[in-house]
Amino acid sequence: MKQKSVAVVGAAETTKMGKIPDVSVIGLHADAALNAMADAGLKPTDIDGVACAGISPVELAQYLGITPTYADGTSVGGCSFMLHVRHAAAAINEGLCTTVLITHGESGRSRVGAGGFGRAPSSLMGQFEMPYGVTAPPTMFTIPVLRYMKTYGVTEEDLANVAVIQREWAAKNPRASYKDPITIDDVLNSDMIAWPFRKLMCCLVTDGGGALILTSAERAKDFPQKPVYVLGTGESVETPMVSQMEDFTSSKAFRVSGKKAFDEAGISHADVDHLMIYDAFAHLPLYGLEDLGFCKPGEAKHFINERNTAIGGKLPLNTNGGGLSYMHSGMYGMYALQESVRQMRGIAPAQVDGAKISVCHGVGGMFAASGTVIFSNEA
Amino acid sequence: MPPRILPEPTPETQHFWDGTRNGELLLQRCKETGEAYFPPRPFAPKTGSRNVEVFKASGRATLHSYVINHRPRPDMGTEPYAIAVVQLEEGPRMMTNIVGCPQTPEALVLDMPLEVVFEKMSDTITLPFFQPAKG
Repeated sequence: MKQKSVAVVGAAETTKMGKIPDVSVIGLHADAALNAMADAGLKPTDIDGVACAGISPVELAQYLGITPTYADGTSVGGCSFMLHVRHAAAAINEGLCTTVLITHGESGRSRVGAGGFGRAPSSLMGQFEMPYGVTAPPTMFTIPVLRYMKTYGVTEEDLANVAVIQREWAAKNPRASYKDPITIDDVLNSDMIAWPFRKLMCCLVTDGGGALILTSAERAKDFPQKPVYVLGTGESVETPMVSQMEDFTSSKAFRVSGKKAFDEAGISHADVDHLMIYDAFAHLPLYGLEDLGFCKPGEAKHFINERNTAIGGKLPLNTNGGGLSYMHSGMYGMYALQESVRQMRGIAPAQVDGAKISVCHGVGGMFAASGTVIFSNEA
Repeated sequence: MPPRILPEPTPETQHFWDGTRNGELLLQRCKETGEAYFPPRPFAPKTGSRNVEVFKASGRATLHSYVINHRPRPDMGTEPYAIAVVQLEEGPRMMTNIVGCPQTPEALVLDMPLEVVFEKMSDTITLPFFQPAKG
């Protein structure tokens, strides 16, 4: 895509987050959408492009009263929204539409109006993974990690420290689910979920949603909020089965998506002021830092342990507290994007002073898919 | 305990499940490149060639990675169990369970040699598991 040709002009999360037993999945989409439209000063009839995952864009358009000329139902897990941003930028540049609404809503905890997690027993995952006792992401996303730990000498303490430092960021965010400080011992003494993963190395399960509105950079100047420009984007997919990842110590989808985004943006790693890496589990920031090229393979643990990603560090990472402490409704990518936009607007609760470039990197499924969006707040 | 979740073969995978029922671990390979692949499909990934063949794997493997699930799925019983990915001698990897040894980090050491064993789960489905190599 052309750098800075498209901008985010509306961004909001649901009115409430955490436990919302009185709102259904589509209601969370709508609540976030209405908040984002209010943020941008728009009505549903001003929107001519829709994108969402989890529910169909048909449901979203009809529910909100939108008549779109562009609809994107890309659904590749928690990074779907990064791909929606990328596709929306292309669509706006190509003239398919002018104003795209991207929504997320998920009743992850309360399960109001939500479908099940089931996989067809005739699918490849149903035939070649489910029979061996995998359950939800905690027993699938985690499977490559022992190989990563053996290859690079990563310890359980290293994994625990990812959660400890992210909790420090969460403490600065009033909307974060968990704000109390934790220690490495707290993490290692929390309930065993799937060895070597303890509870505090796993993301939250909450209810919530978020929405973004994008339009051309030219139109963005006339909106009430400071535009946040899309500087570069990337996406890729690898495998629906974690057992079939090419390399258990590195995500191919991460590498391909990240490189594409950095190439499009025309920036170097030293230009990045703020970073979001989707952290469904504590190992993901380690893989992300290495696969995006911020660290050499095996060096992310040192980078984190030396507090480079912590408050006051040179590369603030997951400044909302992440999926481990802020919130995680199931498809967390939308909340990572919201935090990048807040940082670029200069309004984040844990604002990085003078931040001009934010990299937002998402994962979908169990290393199945990836999307990367690089934002800038300079036209 | 509810019945164990079992696979439903499709026409493209039926030979694999026929194989396990007969005590054989069947893989496929591209006849042009010789590269073995898994899970089953009637063409070779990357080359896209339909010129492929089914062959019997040695059953030898090493332990590539795993977790020990401490929240057992109801059909898997009540004790923690390892969900493993093994590196087959022929190249592909597959998910499985490790049997015939304690389900502990001390007993399950990465890269330990393993061999396939077959366990009949129903009239149509026999699952391939792996145990520490005896040979």
